[in-house]
Amino acid sequence: MVRKWLIGSGIAVCASLLAVATVAAEDLKIGLSAEPSAMDPHFHNLTPNNAILSHIFERLVETDVVGKLVPGLALSWKVLDGNIWEFKLRPNVKWHDGSPFTADDVAFTFERAPNVPNSPSSFASAIKGKTVKKVDDLTVHIATAAPAPLLPTELTNVLIVSRKSGDGAKTEEYNSGKAAIGTGAYKFGAFVPGDRIEMLRNAEYWGAKAAYDKVTFKPIKAGPARVAALLAGDVDIIDDVPTADIERLKKEPKVALSQGVSNRVIYFHMDQFRDETPFIKAKDGSAIKNPLRDKRVRLAISKAINRDAIVSRVMEGVALPASQFLADQFFGVSKKLKPVAYDLDGAKKLLAEAGFPNGFKMTLHGPNGRYTNDVKIAEAVAQMLTRAGIETSIETLPPAVFFNRASAGAGGQPEFSFILVGWSSDTSETSGSLKPLVGTFDKDKGFGTANRGRYSNPGLDKLVTEALATVDDGKRGELLAQAVELAIDDVAIIPSHYPVNTWAAKKGLKIAARSNEYTLVTSVTKD
Amino acid sequence: MTAFILRRLMQSVGVVLAMSLIVFFGVHVVGDPVYLLINPQADQKDIEAAIRALGLDRPIWEQYWHFLTGALRGDLGRSFIFGEPALKVILQRMPATIELAVAAVMMAVVFGIPLGLYAGLKPNSPISKTIMAGSIVGFSLPTFWVGLVLIMVFAVMLGWLPSNGRGQTATYLGLTSSLFTRDGLAHILLPALNLALLKISLVIRLTRAGTAEALHQDYIKFARAKGIAESRVIGVHLLKNILIPVVTVLGLEFGNLVAFSVVTETIFSWPGMGKLLIQAIQSLDRPIIVAYLILIVLMFVVINLVVDVLYSLLDPRVRLGEGSA
Repeated sequence: MVRKWLIGSGIAVCASLLAVATVAAEDLKIGLSAEPSAMDPHFHNLTPNNAILSHIFERLVETDVVGKLVPGLALSWKVLDGNIWEFKLRPNVKWHDGSPFTADDVAFTFERAPNVPNSPSSFASAIKGKTVKKVDDLTVHIATAAPAPLLPTELTNVLIVSRKSGDGAKTEEYNSGKAAIGTGAYKFGAFVPGDRIEMLRNAEYWGAKAAYDKVTFKPIKAGPARVAALLAGDVDIIDDVPTADIERLKKEPKVALSQGVSNRVIYFHMDQFRDETPFIKAKDGSAIKNPLRDKRVRLAISKAINRDAIVSRVMEGVALPASQFLADQFFGVSKKLKPVAYDLDGAKKLLAEAGFPNGFKMTLHGPNGRYTNDVKIAEAVAQMLTRAGIETSIETLPPAVFFNRASAGAGGQPEFSFILVGWSSDTSETSGSLKPLVGTFDKDKGFGTANRGRYSNPGLDKLVTEALATVDDGKRGELLAQAVELAIDDVAIIPSHYPVNTWAAKKGLKIAARSNEYTLVTSVTKD
Repeated sequence: MTAFILRRLMQSVGVVLAMSLIVFFGVHVVGDPVYLLINPQADQKDIEAAIRALGLDRPIWEQYWHFLTGALRGDLGRSFIFGEPALKVILQRMPATIELAVAAVMMAVVFGIPLGLYAGLKPNSPISKTIMAGSIVGFSLPTFWVGLVLIMVFAVMLGWLPSNGRGQTATYLGLTSSLFTRDGLAHILLPALNLALLKISLVIRLTRAGTAEALHQDYIKFARAKGIAESRVIGVHLLKNILIPVVTVLGLEFGNLVAFSVVTETIFSWPGMGKLLIQAIQSLDRPIIVAYLILIVLMFVVINLVVDVLYSLLDPRVRLGEGSA
């Protein structure tokens, strides 16, 4: 044993000497919790991919840290008449291969993005219903069938690729780097799945020049390992700091944390479409009418949940109690709503009024490992509800199983009665939550996609539909706020909290916390 | 021997078929990954399109038939997540895992056999007792915890070794491996040790037990009586005889290391197959899971074969044939 350690430390000393010698000042290493699946910007429409590819490729319209629109490859945009948007493109932008960026590339992107073979989550939804017309080299018109006030917002998801390198290119060619030619501040360096992604400085970049010669992203899935990698100096920045480590890292002089509230809400969805719901029974086990269709019961549950306790105890302070679909700084929220106060007696009273003086038995379903502390939250809420008389047991499932069953487990209909889920509005405005979560489930209109409780309120649908067709921002904001108030007043969902995202960087660096959870090198500043 | 090898390979085809059937239908029962993979903002039609694109709208037996006919052509399907051929995705990560397993087995042999031999030859010395106590510790500590402690001590507190990942690779004699560079060795040391700890303990115990038993055998007594040097008695006569169980166990353990070093690879972010497997299971990436397990079954068949052949070389009394199939 002794010999083994000696040999081990011998090699270790050599290695550390070597490491000191090779560290260059202008490199940056980032440890990521989630790994992108490809370097093709149109392969997989999901945050890890969209985030990392923002370094190589760019969008017509970009977002700032809180989700506000800012010019990207488009300098400006405006509505011509109701259904046509005009985008003026940025002049003198060059692709990494030296060829100029023109309207032609935008047109090509719109052809390619919805049609990538084998894509598990296609960009078709972001492109759908939009026709691009090249007007001149630096102007494009994008037409839709109906007024589309959110069009610029929807384009914040679509990375623009070059026709020259992308024509006919498959995902494999982007992964190998051959077709991964963008306009961004960094160029493709290497993509070794499971191991690392390297990017190199683009000296010809049109905007603020990249600060680092080389950036390496390393997927480190295990939270404690990510923290250890930061403390050991193997990476300079990590995302998704485990809540349990935050207090300790705050005291660590080598590390600086940055935090920002995300555009996500953790909430409860309730079966409101079945007369009898499968996971609610009377206390003696006999079948009862679905109590969740009674607004008083829903409100009672909301009152029985102690949001402050969830935030301070379960989330260790890295969350805010939620009153609605998005936190206060986002677009289309209601200024009037406050988180429902914890009121156990009020909850019991409401239950009694609704005809359940003795409560009932319920199963709370939730994913394990999809959201920060999801299982602990489910456990805490089950206890809170049990205290109010609703005897709640929990069943947590692996995310792959949970979302399937929660969305379509009962013959195409949601299977569960009461679920814990999260939702982030990737447009950072409440229309991105209202339409899918509480809009009446309707395949043709694309409403209620994630309405796993099948809540339905024609008045709400009307407001949201009207808002989605209102170009004037001020007016749309008002309509959305009204819709939010309507939904919350009717307890369509029960919001719990808005998680706060935490990044950690070594001393001397600071990374801006972005509400869309992107970890971007361009958001890193040096002290 | 040829007939023996052929029969073994035939049997493995049956095993692979049965296994693919179980995994295929098992994963199907668990669910499909569409809701996990798709952008939450996608509407119902996009979701249906994604299900169709992955071929998941077909009846399960039809999917299986499609898979089987593809497999006969060497196509094990495309990963749902990476969109690339499953076999390619796995083979990309195989070298990293194999080098980790090789490093761990080497450690097990280099530390395990001498320590076990010592403990067997001098069972009553305090050093032997320490070795045996140490091996119990090595046996009983959970890999996950040991991994984190190794990282905390050697990477975070002492700062001697990197905490995660695979180091630089170099190509030597046509093999590309991180074992050929200093950076690579520094990176592999902790994860390999983490994996090897259990194997070292295993080898120590096997060697000690073998030694203790062999010491009383007639051939050892005879060799000593003949006046052969003690080093030769132990180094040749004894060692050769106790190696058979050690080789068997190491062979199988090597297979285990390659196939299921999931925990270590996850903690050390080692870009190998184990990490891929656990990700595939979490996201129900069925083509990867099925292709992976097929590869593993084949690997175990080959390892068992190699172990059997090694037996016959180590011990001329073992003949490959009817009895050992």
